[in-house]
Amino acid sequence: MTTMTDPPQAEGFRIGQLIHDTRYRSYTFQFIALVLLILGFSWLAYNASQNEQLQSNGFSYEFLSAPAGYDINQQPIPYTSQDTHLRATVIGAINTIIVAVLACITATVFGVIAGVLRLSNNWIISKLMAVYVEMFRNIPVLIWIIIIFTVAANIFPPISEFRLPRDGSDPDRTLLFGMFAATNQGVFIPRLVFTGLGWLVALVFLASIAGVFGWRAHARKKLFDEGKVVPVLLPSIAILLLPTIVAYFILGMPVSVENPEMGRFRFEGGFLLRPSLIALWFALSIYTGAFIAENVRAGILAISKGQTEAAAALGMRPGRIMSLVVLPQALRVIIPPLISQYLNITKNTSLAIAVGYMDLTGTLGGITLNQTGRALECILLLMLFYLTFSLAISAIMNVYNNSVKLKER
Amino acid sequence: MNKSVLLGTLAFAGLAAAGASAATLDDVKARGSLNCGVTTGVPGFAEPDADGVWQGFDVAVCRAVAAAVLGDPEAVTFVPTTGKTRFTALASGEIDMLARNTTWTFSRDTDLKFDFVGVNYYDGQGFMVPTDLGVASATELDGATVCIQTGTTTELNLADYFRVNGMSYEPVPIETGAEAVQQFLAGACDVYTTDRSALAAQRAGFESPDSYMLLPEVVSKEPLGPLVRHGDSEWGDIVRWTLNALISAEELGVTSENIEEMASAPGDNPEINRLLGTEGELGAMIGLDAAWAKNAIAASGNFGEVFDKNIGESTAIGLARGLNAQYTDGGLIYSPPFR
Repeated sequence: MTTMTDPPQAEGFRIGQLIHDTRYRSYTFQFIALVLLILGFSWLAYNASQNEQLQSNGFSYEFLSAPAGYDINQQPIPYTSQDTHLRATVIGAINTIIVAVLACITATVFGVIAGVLRLSNNWIISKLMAVYVEMFRNIPVLIWIIIIFTVAANIFPPISEFRLPRDGSDPDRTLLFGMFAATNQGVFIPRLVFTGLGWLVALVFLASIAGVFGWRAHARKKLFDEGKVVPVLLPSIAILLLPTIVAYFILGMPVSVENPEMGRFRFEGGFLLRPSLIALWFALSIYTGAFIAENVRAGILAISKGQTEAAAALGMRPGRIMSLVVLPQALRVIIPPLISQYLNITKNTSLAIAVGYMDLTGTLGGITLNQTGRALECILLLMLFYLTFSLAISAIMNVYNNSVKLKER
Repeated sequence: MNKSVLLGTLAFAGLAAAGASAATLDDVKARGSLNCGVTTGVPGFAEPDADGVWQGFDVAVCRAVAAAVLGDPEAVTFVPTTGKTRFTALASGEIDMLARNTTWTFSRDTDLKFDFVGVNYYDGQGFMVPTDLGVASATELDGATVCIQTGTTTELNLADYFRVNGMSYEPVPIETGAEAVQQFLAGACDVYTTDRSALAAQRAGFESPDSYMLLPEVVSKEPLGPLVRHGDSEWGDIVRWTLNALISAEELGVTSENIEEMASAPGDNPEINRLLGTEGELGAMIGLDAAWAKNAIAASGNFGEVFDKNIGESTAIGLARGLNAQYTDGGLIYSPPFR
């Protein structure tokens, strides 16, 4: 125990200390801010509660179980217009996730390539990348989405050129390799059809991918522990392909490729990449890719030049220096801002409405809201969905960030 | 974006709460102009002309109401609305009335809490296709790609029609009619569907209208008419009877040409006299001055004149009167008596 020469109570507490004393001042301001915030929200809530329409209609989510009545073109799960608004909402949510995941992957690829190349010693390449980054960063993504959508509708030939003319002559255009067709109604590509035990083949293939990763881990362990170089490339290819091919033939070829075929109006069968998906996916990728490129460049510049020189002194080639020495260290700087870029992509998918891609904003926040008139309920639900998406991405990416960040032991 | 929508909704809710206490009529008079919701542009129905002045069949209803209430057909602020924003704009008080190719349906009248005051155009949903598609009937459209304006009854009718007939289609949802037309002309969809009046109007504006045709099927009833917010019956009466005045004027032979003469002194037809305010107190009963109906009719003429001038057979849009003829000519247009 220490002796208390100056007990704090002795001085007493004066009101003025709330402003003048730095110990209390921050609490005062935080308290004021909190009160203002609560007042602000209660004003909004009061206003909403006074809304005539809300008072007479009540606040209810019952409309979610009523039949939606409208059709959706991109259906990741089966849906008809007689299904409920809830199912339409779920389809919208899945469509949002599809385009967000696709765009996150391609944006990362574009970003890393552009970021690394902008630091290239080749003047033309580095300037080209600078132009790309500055051009895409400084024009709103909505404009890019619309530009790409319009361009896609105009550069791809109209589908009428693929149709069989009624006089029995040959159409102007046919499928590329009998498999692909880029039209202004979308890009038609073949589709895998699984029959019978086909899913088993897919399962074997997934297991093979896991096997490849296992082999690479094994090779690395051998190298680090025993100094033995184990071949990676050829065994990886073998592990990836052989079991699947064997399974495919043993199970009696249950997986087949279905090519698009011209029907009365357009191609039937196969898989259709709609122009709205292409426009949204591509625009989000190149736009966010430009931001990621700047993160990557910053990350690389943050690594001391001595690292590159030391690696070069050991005789490493530039490509390996980048992938083995610089990038792994740069990841610590790159990952945190990358998380927020992924969040941006997810939120920006809501611009899908501009090109008629049926994402969550198109189904729940668009047609459902409009057909039921339940604006407040729909918008609140929409906010909840996007909040959940964003927090989930944040959580997953933070796990990854923890695995690459500098470990202090 | 989502947050701003919510804040906007809440802010509008506040406005609506403030506006609900005062009558719309007083608001309009105090403001000195009528806020009228129209489309973002359908030729013949509502579209600004080369000078930026709004013209059209729906616009005429707005002008008639402004003339009846304020005595000036120009005292209208036109608010372009899309299929999705129109009801929010009306419910929130941003506009006083909506005259915008809007279908009178049960749920809009009851659940959405609006009052339809009448029908100014009896329409039905149809399909437009390029002639070289080689389709003569909507029943041959199985597998086609269809452009639709999203958030409309059209969307629901389309789904029902294809489901009932056991056909499939690829919907291409689009926000505004103008965009839908662009997509349709670019060949991004085989079929464009909306109300037949709008299809005819838009086809008239195409570079080569003959390359496109309307299919004969009419797949729905679309009674289009102006609407107001539920709960202000006095304002609803004013808009309803202004529309009826235009319709009665045609029936009674009152036109923009003879109206000054007829209104200058009572004639021998008492209904015309009551309509034009030379007899009785009809104006006072709805809180307007005696010349309200005269002003409304003088604004752009009677119902028939408005029809002929904007969308009739002599215009590029070329719609026949059909169902929209007076009941005396075998149509459905009918006004209750001015008595």
